[in-house]
This record gives sequence, structure tokens and C-alpha cells, in this order.
Amino acid sequence: MPDIEKDLHTEYMVINMGPSHPVTHGTVKFLVTLDGETIEDLQVDIGYLHRGFEKMCESGTWQQVFPYTDRLNYVSPLINNVGYALAVEKLIGIDVPERCKYIRVIASELSRIADHMTNVAAGGLELGAFTAFLYFVEARELIWDLIEMLCGARVTANYVRIGGLKNDLPDGFKEKTGEAFKRCRTLWKDVNKLLTKNRIFIDRVRDVGNMPADEAIAYGFTGPCLRACGVPYDVRKANPYLVYDRMDFEVPIGETGDNFDKYLVRMEEINQSMHIVEQALNELPAGPINVDMPYYRWQSKDDIYTRIDSLIFHFKTVIEGIKPPAGEVYLAVEGANGELGFYLVSDGTGKPYKCRVRPPCFPLTAAMPRLMKGRLIADIVPTFDMINMIGGECDR
Amino acid sequence: MVADLIESVAKILFIFSVNLGFFAPILGWVERKQSAVMQDRIGANRANIGGFTVLGLFHPIADAIKVLTKEDFIPAGANKFFHTLAPFICLVPAIVTFSVIPFGGRYQLFGHHVNLVIADLDVGILFVFALTSLATYGVVLSGWSSRSNWSLLGGLRASAQMLSYEVAMGLTIIGIIMVFGSLKLTDIGAMQENFLHWGIFLQPLGFILFFTCAVAENKRAPFDIPEAESELVAGYFTEYSGLKFVMFWMGEFLEIVAISGILTTLFFGAWHIPFVTDQRLLSLFQFAGPNGAAVLAMLVGIATFFAKVIFFIWLQMTIRWTLPRFRYDQVMRLCWKMILPLSLINITITGLVLLLWIK
Repeated sequence: MPDIEKDLHTEYMVINMGPSHPVTHGTVKFLVTLDGETIEDLQVDIGYLHRGFEKMCESGTWQQVFPYTDRLNYVSPLINNVGYALAVEKLIGIDVPERCKYIRVIASELSRIADHMTNVAAGGLELGAFTAFLYFVEARELIWDLIEMLCGARVTANYVRIGGLKNDLPDGFKEKTGEAFKRCRTLWKDVNKLLTKNRIFIDRVRDVGNMPADEAIAYGFTGPCLRACGVPYDVRKANPYLVYDRMDFEVPIGETGDNFDKYLVRMEEINQSMHIVEQALNELPAGPINVDMPYYRWQSKDDIYTRIDSLIFHFKTVIEGIKPPAGEVYLAVEGANGELGFYLVSDGTGKPYKCRVRPPCFPLTAAMPRLMKGRLIADIVPTFDMINMIGGECDR
Repeated sequence: MVADLIESVAKILFIFSVNLGFFAPILGWVERKQSAVMQDRIGANRANIGGFTVLGLFHPIADAIKVLTKEDFIPAGANKFFHTLAPFICLVPAIVTFSVIPFGGRYQLFGHHVNLVIADLDVGILFVFALTSLATYGVVLSGWSSRSNWSLLGGLRASAQMLSYEVAMGLTIIGIIMVFGSLKLTDIGAMQENFLHWGIFLQPLGFILFFTCAVAENKRAPFDIPEAESELVAGYFTEYSGLKFVMFWMGEFLEIVAISGILTTLFFGAWHIPFVTDQRLLSLFQFAGPNGAAVLAMLVGIATFFAKVIFFIWLQMTIRWTLPRFRYDQVMRLCWKMILPLSLINITITGLVLLLWIK
């Protein structure tokens, strides 16, 4: 037998997986070297969704960056909005009103729910569980309905402003949220039944894509993927922003960091996020949603139309942009995929001198070769899904 | 002689029209509509004639027109002969399999014996296996001749999977053959007149194993690894379009029907209604005279058979839309380490029971 193997001429098959391939979603390319079905080598080729986000930010005013941030992680745009707003506010030294903080928490957590649902659903879909996918898509539709009610858009939210918000919570939001969450919980249970104890699903995701905690930290993992490895690092707990320190929620962690743990962590985080939204809605204080600092945040439209000083500030901030003091700042929020950081440099003018984003899925994507070598080609599917690489965020 | 000829032609026409005229187009609609119902969607409902959609039942017609007008694309560098041949090899066995499956019993009509099966072969079940093996060639050839890496991987997976499951399937069926003592499908069907003698009661393990193998042999979810759309784009038929693509599709659907037919014949009492013997059925229809009674009994038998077939089609569709997909190595492990030993145990137990108690 060894002689035959020696004489048999075999070659590796090099195959281009993507960018136009169902698993890569058109945003990434894997150059896979296959020995039969086993992956000998895998190279990740990113950049298919590069728009020059960071450079674009430098050519607009500070406020004009918000629509761009929507397109970073386009599955959870509100978290990006909040992250950027918080970073600019830290640079200026603004402390937004309580009500604004609560609404930002609500918006962030709604986005997180939508993101995790999309991720879990798409993961199921690509393993062939089409029904589970559509159950969660229905739940996500309900969440998006809430987001639409909140800011008028479903995906490109553009809701948060520096020093405040675009608008207050609409009437009846709390009741609508209660109804939507009731249905979401039913659907969550359905998906849980379809996947969590499904032997075929478990066989596909268990012990695939696992990573020891120290190595995950060395790679720069954050978010659900790091927590699945057993490291309870969550920016909301480790470095609380907004009013997360007042919220009662738990950070679920996994053990081995394999795809099943990542899936379980996300499923539990959906529950925790719903819990946070309900708490925030119950404790929501009355009061203004915008800071009273006309240099940085417009006065109300009534004032702008009737008071000369408000009109002047409005004109100045729109035409020249707000002018944060010169300096630099780094602020991270817990994005749906992990630590979403904004590093901003101001030279005191109306435009950002530098706007750098720390995307959580860049280190995760970088670990793909490490996770996949020696595995089967079919393992790329659940691993890449659970990493949840979002092209808009990774490539910017 | 003339009567025999008329009988044969009538049976062939009947099975052909039922399979190609009814099941093949309607299953495309069933797949879409049933998945839609399971997933809280509406499903196919756009095709209409004069505003009437009839639950989207015009979609098969619309699909047929669409398919006939599509470009027939052969990729550069593909082996044109085999690329064209492969879909035919896939489709033909699926159609021909039904020739040995009895869809009713034997009836005395105007002094002429009518046997409701196209070809009453002594080796009926072996013929089915021979044909399903042929379908493997179609898949492997399509994968190889397309000159695409994805097709090749799909074709390789398909060949490994289908060959493995053929071995296991052959062994799962031995138990039922031992019990009935015949390879002839009409005999096996006739022996299940008594409700308690249905194959599923005599061979429950054999039924589960055979059902699993049959679904795997047909390459449908959860065993659809040769065409796993998230890994291999579309597997062995990635490079097919138009009518050839639909031939793979039809082959798959007709195999569902054939599998359901075989399951009904072997395990679910073929054309028999529970607790109603053929004699009782005939006596029930005595009012119509001897020939009329035979015709009525025949119609009831055919209806019962196809009702059972439709039940199994529904079951396979439900499984397909509920379960996720296996991984390649897991499918093979399931075959060689689970189904094969279990079917051997099943054969041993069946043999011992037959030897020690029955004989």
C-alpha cells in the first residue's frame, strides 16, 4: 500500500472560494488549497468592500460622518452611530442627558438583537436549515419595524447626533416593543428547538473552529467569539459607557470557543439584550434628549426659526461644522461582533483630521487560516458564519 | 394477444402520465408551497391566467416555458458529449424504476387477467438497485465533464455517497426479502393483504434503515452534500442550465416518487387498505356486476397506493425542510459505522427468528 501511494501521482487542488460564492457573500475571497476535501492551506483576501471610509470622513464635517458609520456594520448600524457619537463627545467633553443615554442603550441593544438574529439565522441557512433562517428573519423584521418606528429607516438608521439624538422615542414605542418581544421570544424558542438540540447541527458546529483563550486574545478576538472561548470580556461590563452599569444583565461565556459555543453565546445574548431593552424602557427618565450646548448641538427648530442666536449657531455648525478642541481620543463600544473602537484626531477645525475604526471582525477574519487548516472544506461554512465577518466593517 | 398489448400500452401510458405529467411538475410546486407553509411564507402565487392564480398551480407551466427558452450553456473546455449525456443518465433510471413497482393487484376483467405492474420481473427489487446504480454514472459524469472544480468536488462526493449507500441499502432490504421469501415486488405486495403482515410491522428497523438510505441515495437534505449550495455553489450541476438542469431536477423528484413507491410496496402494504382484503373489496362492489366490481376494486387499489405514495412524498419534503445538512465525513460515517452494522444485526436477528420459530 505505501508503494502505491508513493507511485500515485496526486496534486493539490487550488480553488478560488469567492468573492462570488454563497459562503463569502461577495465580500471576501478564500484561496483554498485542497488535498481531496481537506484544507491544506487557506489564504484570506479581503478588501472587496473597501470604500475608503476613513478618508471620506476627513472630507466632511464631524456630523456628516454619521451616515458613513451606518455602512460599517450594516447589520447593526445604531451601535456604530452610538460609538462614533460617544467618541466625539469624549473629545469635546459632553455629557449627554440621562434620557438620551437610555434611548441610546435601547437603540444599541435592538441593533444587537437584529445582528445576532441575522447571524444565527444565516448560520443555520448555510448549513441547510432554511426553516430556522426564516423564523429568525421574521423576528428580525419585527425588530427592524421597531427601529423604523424609532428613526424612520430600517437599515441605514443615521439616528444618533453628537450631543443628542435625531428625535425622541415615538408614542407607543414601549407597547409596540412589548408585543414585538413577545413574538420574538416565541420564535427564539422555535429556533432553539430546531437547532440547539439538533444532532446534525451540533455535529456540524461542535469542535469546529475552536480556539484556546490565550491564542484568541493574542489574535485580538473580542465580542461573542472571545466570550465563547471562556473570557468574560464585554466592553459594557469592563468599561461601562452610557448607563450599562445600571442595567442588570449577564455576559454569557462558552468553554472551548468552537462554533457551537459561539452560537450559544449569541443565542443567550439575544435574550440578555431583550432584557436590557425592557429595563431601559421601564426606567426611562423624562427630560431633554439633547445637550444645551449650541456650539455643538442645534437648538430646537422652534428656537432656530424664532431666535437670532440659535439661528446663527445653527448656520455656523452646519456650514463650518462643530469644532472640537484639538486632541485625540479612543473610545470603544461593544459592537455586535466585539469591540468597536473609534480613534479620532481633531486639529480644531470643523472636519476630523483622522477617523480610524477598530473593526471587531478584522482580527477574527485574520484567524480563518489558523482555524481552518487541516479541516474539511465543509467546515469553512459554519466557521466563517460564526465569525460573522461583515465586509462593510472589515474593509471600510 | 391483442388484449395483452392493450393492457401493456395502457399501463405504460398511465405510469408515464402520472409520473411525468403529474408528479414531476407538481412536485416543484409542492416543494415551494410546502416549504412556504412550514416557514410562514406565502410561496409561489404570482403566475396567473386572467388574474386567477389557483394557489400558484400555474407555476409549473410557467417554469416549463421558462426552461424551454433558456440558453443551453456548455462551459468552455467541457466534454460536450458527456456533459450532454449526464442528465439523461440521471433522468432515465428514475423514470424506468417505476416499471417494476406494482400499483395495484391482479384482477379478472372480461375473462382477461390484469396485473397492475408494467414489468412483473422475478428479480424486481434487484432491477431497482441496478437502475439506481446507473444514476451514479450520470452524477459522476456531470461533475467530471463540466470542467469546474465545484462540479468535480460535487461529483466525487456524490460517487462516494451513492456507492456507499447502495451497499447499505442492499443489506437493509435483505431482511424484508427473507421474511417474504421473494424478490418479486408483486408477490411482496400481495403477501401484505393482512394488515399485521405489513413490512413495517415485520421489519421496523429495516424500514427506518432503508428509508434513511433511500433519502441519502436520492441526495436530498439532510444528505445533499453533493450539491451543498453553501460550499460547492451547486455541486455537480453547477454548470448546467435550461432543460438539462431541469432534467437533474426532474430526476430528483421522480426518484422521490420511486422511493415512495418502493417504500409503499415493501413496507406499507402496497395497494391494500388496512383490514380490508381483496375478496372483501370485491364483495363490497358486487352491485356493479363481476366486471364492474373488478374495475372498482382496481380503482380503489390504485387510489390507495398513490395515497400512500403521496404520504411518503410529504414525509420526505418535511424532512428536507426541517433538518440541516450533514458534513461529508459524517454522512460516510453514518453509512459505514451505523447503518451497515445495524442492517447486519437486522439480518442476523431476522434469520434466527425465521430459523428457530417460524420453520
